[in-house]
Amino acid sequence: MNSLILRTTTRLLIGVLLLFSVFLLLRGHDLPGGGFIGGLVGAAAIALYAIAYGYEHAFALLRIRPRTLIGVGLSLAVLAGILAAFAGEPMLTGLWWIRDVGPWTVKLSTPLLFDVGVYLVVIGVVLRMLFSLEEH
Amino acid sequence: MLSAAVLVGFAVAALAPFATPHLGARAGWVWATLPAALATWFAAQVPQVRSGAPLEQAIPWLPSLGIDLAFRLDGLSLVFALMITVIGTAVVIYAGGYLRGDRQLPRFYLLLLSFMAAMLGVVVADDLISLFVFWELTSLTSYFLIGYEHERTSSRDGALQGLLITGSGGLAMLGGFLLIGRDVGTFRISEMLAEPAALTTSPIYLPALILVALGAFTKSAQFPFHVWLPNAMAAPTPVSAYLHSATMVKAGVYLLARLAPAMGGTAVWFGLLTGVGTATLLAAATLALLQRDAKRLLAYSTLIALGALVVLLGVGGTDGAKAMVVFMVAHALYKAPLFMVAGSIDHEAGSRDVTELRGLGRVMPVTWAVALLAGVSAAGLPPLLGFVAKEVAYETLLPHAWGLAALVAASAVMITIVVLVAWRPFAGRETTAPRSPHEAPPSMWLGPAVLAALGIGFGFAPDVLAQGLLVPATRAILGADASFHLALWHGVNTALILSIVTVAMGVLLTLAWGPLHRFLVARLGGVRFGPAGAYLGFLDGLRHLAAWQTRVLQSDDLQRHLTTIIGFAVALAAGTAFVRGGIAFDLPPVSGTLYEFLILILVVVAALATVTAQTRLRAITSLGVVGFGIALVFIMFSAPDLAVTQFLVETLMVIVVALVLMRLPSTLLRKPSERFVPAFAAPIAVLGGGLLTVLLLSVLSVPLDRTIPAFYDAASYPEAKGRNVVNVILVDFRALDTLGEITVLAVAATGAFALLRRIGAREARDVAYTAPRGSGDDDEAGDGERDA
Repeated sequence: MNSLILRTTTRLLIGVLLLFSVFLLLRGHDLPGGGFIGGLVGAAAIALYAIAYGYEHAFALLRIRPRTLIGVGLSLAVLAGILAAFAGEPMLTGLWWIRDVGPWTVKLSTPLLFDVGVYLVVIGVVLRMLFSLEEH
Repeated sequence: MLSAAVLVGFAVAALAPFATPHLGARAGWVWATLPAALATWFAAQVPQVRSGAPLEQAIPWLPSLGIDLAFRLDGLSLVFALMITVIGTAVVIYAGGYLRGDRQLPRFYLLLLSFMAAMLGVVVADDLISLFVFWELTSLTSYFLIGYEHERTSSRDGALQGLLITGSGGLAMLGGFLLIGRDVGTFRISEMLAEPAALTTSPIYLPALILVALGAFTKSAQFPFHVWLPNAMAAPTPVSAYLHSATMVKAGVYLLARLAPAMGGTAVWFGLLTGVGTATLLAAATLALLQRDAKRLLAYSTLIALGALVVLLGVGGTDGAKAMVVFMVAHALYKAPLFMVAGSIDHEAGSRDVTELRGLGRVMPVTWAVALLAGVSAAGLPPLLGFVAKEVAYETLLPHAWGLAALVAASAVMITIVVLVAWRPFAGRETTAPRSPHEAPPSMWLGPAVLAALGIGFGFAPDVLAQGLLVPATRAILGADASFHLALWHGVNTALILSIVTVAMGVLLTLAWGPLHRFLVARLGGVRFGPAGAYLGFLDGLRHLAAWQTRVLQSDDLQRHLTTIIGFAVALAAGTAFVRGGIAFDLPPVSGTLYEFLILILVVVAALATVTAQTRLRAITSLGVVGFGIALVFIMFSAPDLAVTQFLVETLMVIVVALVLMRLPSTLLRKPSERFVPAFAAPIAVLGGGLLTVLLLSVLSVPLDRTIPAFYDAASYPEAKGRNVVNVILVDFRALDTLGEITVLAVAATGAFALLRRIGAREARDVAYTAPRGSGDDDEAGDGERDA
């Protein structure tokens, strides 16, 4: 779509939207958000870009193929499940690593890794469908 | 340590695709260090296993279902583990030479090493469910390896046939395992075998035995499921040598041997195994005479061996178990080298047709030497291990005349096969071959030479093998103590006389092979008969059934499609509610704020606007209003996660639909012939909506069960360290469901992608008919069109 207003707004918004999607992903365990919602926001951001600039440019912005995102996402989710085995726990048992770093508390966990996997799969799935629609 | 030995293969396999391109011509040698190291480790366990103390290790997997990743290394497992790793070493090295420079070599090593790890898993697993998972992994890797040259139709068909047959058998086997597990109360094999009488006297014994036997028979290519094995020869030769002769096809035999203490020894067991095994022996021996391709000849000789192994297991007892393990080891040690020799001939001389090749021995002396060494063992001649094995098998079958007769006849055919594969292409002064042949590189003769040499070494000293490996294995098959000795020379006895008869028959058969082969090919060659024909018929029938039900139930008209789905759901749900009762209208008084009523009105109006819309754009916009209205309801009732998701999905829907709309006419007008659909769809839609309303109201009149929300409220933070219960459920408490859902998403995206490509290709073709353009279809979509 060749609209100057849309393009300018998109350029301003895309960074904010992507940051927001990561923000939603990371806060999800305690506050509204999570991998699914974050992934939808991320996908919507790229979709907006694709509408404004065409999907070739969105593709160039993304640099990674949607199907790779799907594969990596699924692998991360499975890995998050399998990691529990190394702690002698059944599959998908959450493992936590919580440390105080300066004024912040850092919470890393296999559920977070799992959620990152969900996030990537959602982005990949939505974009794969959108891009293949756009191609025709 | 035991679980590490089994699972390390998967880790190394995962490295293979990345590391192989950097290894160049050394890839085979480098990757062979894994099976070699594992073989050494397993060999080091011989003394302990021999002493009667198996290694055990269990990792909890699904403790709530009593399923563990349990491993146990006893005598039987150890024999198999050593076969897998020793022959694996030879095959991995061989493949490096055979597939040198092949573009797909990284993928090949990924698959081959994964297969090895999965196969180790099968033979060391002590838990039926773990065993099943590894079992299916071997079927899957086999599928990819048979279809390795996937541009060829024969490879794809062979791969699919193998997968369908072994996969169906695997499914039956899973059913059998579940029956057994429920009956005995454990999936742990060692616990099951500790009470041998429990299973054979149980009412589920017969169905369980048949189901498990189906798994074993399909995997070990027993009649009438044998058809897939010759077609699996489309795989590269290292795969044929490894999976389809020495290891994977013996998984079925392993399973039967493993469960023999608990399920064997009955009249049914004896009848089933000896009957099927004998049928396999005879069918394979007959069909082998139709072949000229060295690999297919060897495939049928593998079938002969597999049939013999099943017969011996069926006979059972110390003699049967002993004969089975000796025969199996001997077979692995000669058949893998013979396959590799056949591959070397193909590789260096350009053909596998044994009637086309002559005089290769002059240019490939080392390969010939290996071929002869392995061949003499395969023919069952002294002083090799094959001779010892055949003598023991004959002795065991002496009381069973028909089984013995079948084995003698099949052994005579074996001699013919050996002459055709290991003598005929090499003998002669003049060399004839499609390509000018030369000796294979060391990577392609070293492995087979070592295996064949083991055959001669153990032939002279069979008791070393017996005391170290075979006696412990026999004990495991019997579930009881046993001891025996093996010797090359037994003196003159019935078995020896039968061997002499076999050789005489084999020589006669070999001399008569030419005319006999031509006669059989003329009579049977082009006919698709018996199981092979049944397989094709079944496949065609399945395709027709799928096409028919797709036409009837899944019309490509979306409205008709939805009518089917919703109509069926309404009938089911309303029917159930009507029969069972359960619809109640004990409603709380209606209450709500002004905003809630306004939103409700908005949603209703938008819904009406959607169904009465005359253009697509209007319909979509109105539908969007419905969605956003519902999202507002979610917000009012404090469900931010739901609301956000709904908003986002609505937004993306609008984008997707906008993209589709650009390609469709703007109005909703239908062709006159399709007018009846709205008339039929409207009542269905009203019924569907009405039923859902009734159900939801009915749910409201039942007091809400607070135990589940109360559990998550209480457990969410202490157990999963999260305050957002929705997210905690998604990624922790019910993470397995989420994993399933994202897998479905990924599959759906892939399916949608493929469908859209097909539509794109069809349009491009239609355009091409009317206005020729320069650009052609892409290949992928083009293939799909041709298949249609």
